[in-house]
Amino acid sequence: MSAFLQYTLQGLAAGGFYALAALGLAVIFGVLGVVNFSHGACYMLGAVASAVLLDTLGLSFWWALLVVPVLMFVFGVLMERLLVQWLLRLDPLYNFLLTFGITLVLVDLVKRRYGVSGLPYQLPPGLDGRVTVGSVSLSLYQVFVTLFAVLVCVAVWALLTQTRIGMIVRASTEDAERSRALGINVGRWVTPVFGFGIGLAGLSGVLAAPFRAITADMGSNFVIILFAVVVIGGLGSILGAVVAGFLVGLVEAYGQAYAPSFAQVLIFVLMALVVLVRPSGLFGREEAA
Amino acid sequence: MHRKKTLALAATAVSGSLVLAACGGGGPSASGGKISDGKVVLGLLNDQSGVYKDLSGPNSKVAIQMAIDDYKAKYGDKAVAKDIEIVTADHQNKPDIANTKAQEMYDRDKADIILDVPTSSAALAVANQAKAKKKLFIDIGAGTTALTGKSCNKYTFHWAYDTYMLAHGTGGVVVKNGGKKWSIVYPDYAFGQDMNKSFTAAVQQAGGTIQQSIPTPFPNDNFATYITKAQSTNPDVIGIMAAGGDLINFVKQFNQAGLQGKTDLAVGLMFITDIHSLGVDQFQGTKFTDAWYWNFDDQNRAWADKFKEKTGTRPSFAHAGNYSAALQYLEAVQRAGTDDADAVVKQLEGKKINDVFLRNGEIRAADHSVLHDAYLVQVKNKSEVKEDWDYEKVLETIPAQEAFGPVSGDCKM
Repeated sequence: MSAFLQYTLQGLAAGGFYALAALGLAVIFGVLGVVNFSHGACYMLGAVASAVLLDTLGLSFWWALLVVPVLMFVFGVLMERLLVQWLLRLDPLYNFLLTFGITLVLVDLVKRRYGVSGLPYQLPPGLDGRVTVGSVSLSLYQVFVTLFAVLVCVAVWALLTQTRIGMIVRASTEDAERSRALGINVGRWVTPVFGFGIGLAGLSGVLAAPFRAITADMGSNFVIILFAVVVIGGLGSILGAVVAGFLVGLVEAYGQAYAPSFAQVLIFVLMALVVLVRPSGLFGREEAA
Repeated sequence: MHRKKTLALAATAVSGSLVLAACGGGGPSASGGKISDGKVVLGLLNDQSGVYKDLSGPNSKVAIQMAIDDYKAKYGDKAVAKDIEIVTADHQNKPDIANTKAQEMYDRDKADIILDVPTSSAALAVANQAKAKKKLFIDIGAGTTALTGKSCNKYTFHWAYDTYMLAHGTGGVVVKNGGKKWSIVYPDYAFGQDMNKSFTAAVQQAGGTIQQSIPTPFPNDNFATYITKAQSTNPDVIGIMAAGGDLINFVKQFNQAGLQGKTDLAVGLMFITDIHSLGVDQFQGTKFTDAWYWNFDDQNRAWADKFKEKTGTRPSFAHAGNYSAALQYLEAVQRAGTDDADAVVKQLEGKKINDVFLRNGEIRAADHSVLHDAYLVQVKNKSEVKEDWDYEKVLETIPAQEAFGPVSGDCKM
């Protein structure tokens, strides 16, 4: 029983991380209708940036948590202004291909500059301990990542539902035409939302740095899982991304414990089942399907 | 059709002028008639851009050039091979690309030998080409024992390490020193399954027990629950068979699980570049088998210093292995007085060698496995590290005759 509890907690910890990483993907799809394949590469850039900033400027993990998402926001804004915006009016496939291309370029640039065997990064001091309750024990860092992820998810949800900016953004996605007729400058919000989503990818990269290998390829496998999360949750649904993130984390942990070689397959089995039963995902709107 | 013809003509013209240039440059020396095409061409076929780039890759070309320089310095005017050239290609760790590139090297580039070729499936493809073209192939980067077993042939040599050496070095010696109970975590594909089998056999043969063998998807970045599961039977040792990025993921999460210093960690295959990229404190205490270590003695160190002058970094065992293989090949050409493959093979077979890489080395004639001393090493604690790359302490030298397995019955030359 205690083993099961341990697996469950580990699944929730992994899930929080997936939820946070998928959140940016969901926000960008919700507002721009762009399937951002470069999310994995931006996640990688976030992790690489933390390692490089630590190495060159001695910037600690806590500062990286603040600085890197801002840098990635700027990067996202540039990406939207220079490239993504020109394809917004065309079939979504075009932006999918564009962001796929951007991924290849980013990964190769990082390989060229920093090699392939990865960059070192340590657990931040103070978070390297463990929390033990009874027979169950988790690393302090895992607990931190989970709580932090939940906090960010709640903040984003509040921003979108409880503030005027959030209302405008939601109205723009719901019906851009009518929002414009009501005097809302829809275009104005597209760029910052894209930057925001990329910033979230960068943030999950910073959180990944202490417990994952920091290599140019770290995002390529990860982004596939994120897509599974977003599809299970319902494309563009914030709540869906969060719930599905935890669900995928749990499925993965139970898979690792009870059917080790199938741990990753199970995630996609879950995805297939959800799409069969509810094509628009757990929390997706019908028309998104 | 017309264009094809023009292309073919152009190609003939270009290669023709290359041959002329080569003759003009090198000049037919006294022994020139015995060197095919007037020059010796060493082909370096490895991963120039992917996951194995840092541990061998482009810097192996530097190592091979060092061998050429040393050969020329040693023999001067008496050198049989006067004009020596290196050609390189990237096989991207894919067997089909390795196969095509090997063909191109042997046929178009007139390579007399192909060197390195990491990734077992790619190495086996090149071994087949070597056999078909009757040209030499010395593998350094790949681990499969099939190169000297089922797929062995007259022209293929396996120079640096194999999975038997890794398993018996790490598995056997660790059990002998008290690490009896093992949990093994391995990536569920050819290499991982092979390593799991070899380690299980080695541990059991030495009197240890395998409590669990846990397969994981490949690639994989979340190992948290696998680690909990591996630890659940309280093993003395957890053996991890993953490589590259997955290995680093595993070790980071192993340490986060609070197991560093509590449960011994043994790594199936690890290169010094892995320690460098993750940071020595994350790996400290980890045990693995190394084919060569740059800071083992003065001889190694002197060579590593030269290597660092040219590359700015310290050599992995693959770099030293490439140097050694290229040098011993040229020495064999020298003794044979020709670069004719059959004559060179005759010079290599059974040869006992001591060089910077091979200690108590012997090229076993029966299967072309190159026996040499291997080392069970442990990653130093951070406080013991005196300079960059000074990461390993040698716990035990495994004598050449014990480090490698007996001749496989599957090998029919």
